[in-house]
Amino acid sequence: MNGDLKVALIGNPNSGKSTLFNVLTGLNQKIGNFPGVTVDKKTGYSKLPDQRSAQIIDFPGTYSLYPKSKDELIVVEALAHKKSPVHPDLIVFVADASNLKRNLLLYTQVADLKIPIIIALNMMDLAKRSGIEISVDALSKKLGVPVVPISARKQEGIEQLKEAISYAGKIPLQNDCIEVEALAPELVQKIRSELQVDLPYVALQLAHQHESLSFLDPHESDRVEEIEQEFSFHSQKVQAAETIARYHFINEVLFDTVKIKTGAKQESHSNQIDKILTHKVFGFLIFFAILFFIFQSIFSWSEYPMSLIEQLFVWMGNTAHQFLPAGVLTDLLVDGILAGLSGVLVFIPQIAILFAFLSILEDTGYMSRVTFMFDKIMRKVGLSGKSIIPMIGGFACAVPSIMSTRNIENWKDRMITIMVTPLIACSARLPIYTLLISLVVPANKVWGFISLQGLALMAMYVLSIVSAIVVAWVMKHILKARERGYFIMELPVYRMPRWNNVLLTMYEKVKTFVLQAGKVIIAVSVVLWVLASYGPPGRFERIEKQYQSTEYIQKYTSHELDQLTASAKLENSFAGVLGKSIEPVIKPLGFDWKIGIALVTSFAAREVFVGTMATLYSVDGDDSDMTSVRAKMQNIRNAETGELVFTPAVAFSLMIFYAFAMQCMSTVATVFRETKHWKWPTIQFVYMSGLAYLFSLLVYHLLK
Amino acid sequence: MKLSQLEPGQAGVIKEFTDLEMSVKLMEMGCLPGESIVVERLAPLGDPMAITVSGYQLSLRMREASTIILQ
Repeated sequence: MNGDLKVALIGNPNSGKSTLFNVLTGLNQKIGNFPGVTVDKKTGYSKLPDQRSAQIIDFPGTYSLYPKSKDELIVVEALAHKKSPVHPDLIVFVADASNLKRNLLLYTQVADLKIPIIIALNMMDLAKRSGIEISVDALSKKLGVPVVPISARKQEGIEQLKEAISYAGKIPLQNDCIEVEALAPELVQKIRSELQVDLPYVALQLAHQHESLSFLDPHESDRVEEIEQEFSFHSQKVQAAETIARYHFINEVLFDTVKIKTGAKQESHSNQIDKILTHKVFGFLIFFAILFFIFQSIFSWSEYPMSLIEQLFVWMGNTAHQFLPAGVLTDLLVDGILAGLSGVLVFIPQIAILFAFLSILEDTGYMSRVTFMFDKIMRKVGLSGKSIIPMIGGFACAVPSIMSTRNIENWKDRMITIMVTPLIACSARLPIYTLLISLVVPANKVWGFISLQGLALMAMYVLSIVSAIVVAWVMKHILKARERGYFIMELPVYRMPRWNNVLLTMYEKVKTFVLQAGKVIIAVSVVLWVLASYGPPGRFERIEKQYQSTEYIQKYTSHELDQLTASAKLENSFAGVLGKSIEPVIKPLGFDWKIGIALVTSFAAREVFVGTMATLYSVDGDDSDMTSVRAKMQNIRNAETGELVFTPAVAFSLMIFYAFAMQCMSTVATVFRETKHWKWPTIQFVYMSGLAYLFSLLVYHLLK
Repeated sequence: MKLSQLEPGQAGVIKEFTDLEMSVKLMEMGCLPGESIVVERLAPLGDPMAITVSGYQLSLRMREASTIILQ
């Protein structure tokens, strides 16, 4: 399906563009990428009153055609380049009626690109309530384009908008907004004639942005540069002059079309909320209370669906073993692919819940207040106020948190946030910590109420925050800034969240995670399965023979024999061989080859550690039953020296290792997807593994 | 007088900018010469500040506010 008409939705952030997109397309939408870049492109279809179908493309929200981030560059690339595959036949410009002046700046820029355009005047209800009266017909006459008042949230005016879309002609009707040539007459003239550009404003945009626009070939870009030097073109000065000229035009348009009654009610309403929510004391208290609630929910609400998913996969595995012929293919399907799939899908509840909350906080406008409150602290360590949310989300899971760094415009801030978020103690580390702490820390209480074990667990969480801050601070000095950091951010008025938008966000994020990270995780799980279930030739046969000899059969039950066989097989598998071969490297950290195997198998996901320990020590019951693992591990002694294996030194060294090491394939895959470069996940992996080794070594030798 | 010197609750009118690069970004967001500004509040730690300009609220760091000269 391609649609009879390609319609682009363009507008400021917070103008209600996405809401309108959802209303126009319903669930009939899909997410892809804009050609050549990683910016999410949402497209959908809308049936017009004349039975034609319109393809609607949602473009990233921007305040101007001069982009502040890579996401925003796509707008000018699509609109200024006629051959672009996303160049629209018609633009629906979404303007926030309660804030028309600033919204019209982008309109005048887009209008000068001479594509047929309709203005959807959104939030008319809100404007009315704040005492703004807009004469729609006069506005339409002055600009020369159809203006349709709508309320996307209340779904008002949508039919009229669709009608306007179906009536729209192929010829742009809008009046000129400013005299573009006057800004740089000779330069615009020369670029137009040499690069065969029709429109003066496109020529001017080429002059400003020729270095970043992908549709210019290097030769053309060089030529533009030469022309600029010929006429000593100063980009920022011309841009400032253009902005002033445009606001002159806008003031003239608004002068007799918009009336503002004094005593705006909506604004003060929002102001009053802000007095509490960004208060010196209450502001932080409320923030931490909300945070606490979100964490409680992520842990408690996801517990049931997560165990349901796990059970489902256990059941599927058992059923498959029962009905499929035993053999390599069945094993691969069950222990490789199904196990990998379960490792992916089990994260869905946490991701869905975290993103539901994030989308509510974003939608209501609270998120920008959090950013506002924390900017100063975060800036000190090389982050920005916008880094706070991903880092907090890191306590649950680094994967969705890294996905949520997209709204950090500054490249350096975003990279540092991505690099340090996996250091935060995520929920997958929790089972490892609780197991190891219960092994070596006595369950005593100090002064009757402070549990030592709880204290140790808290120390691990505090350590994760401190390490993230220190690493961020170091990276602040290493990474070179690509652009000057600034923080000029709109504080939108508080609104009720849109529930269907929350659901859509959940659905989209989960889908992205499953499709993108899922591929890598399943691939790695299959590789690990091969490593753990095959060994150098001849070894497995010997083990089977050994345990099937009469001597063993008389001594053990068949169940015990199975466990012994499994344990011996793992020891002799490629993973086991690998674990043994890395023993010299990990011995200084206090780890033996069995822990080495667990390190290898938990390479893809930390939580596998407990399961591997269970298999290695042939523990009865399923992997999640921790008490039996603990009882067994507590009494393990080194075969040669007779000393306990899990001394406090070893246990803490191991915890420190897991605190720093990047033992999570999902995160690696997500970082790759978000940075579109193997360089970043590689650097992250190397620095985290380096820290893990170093600090484990230190801790082991201090405690030994 | 600079915008960064205003206390919460005080108002002023933009006269000019001291930094060209910053001025381009500020003007795009509606901070134009002749436009009036009200400082609504400071962040709990004193930076950034929230202002009302062109009918909406904007937050900016003190360093950025110090590039705005008021009448």
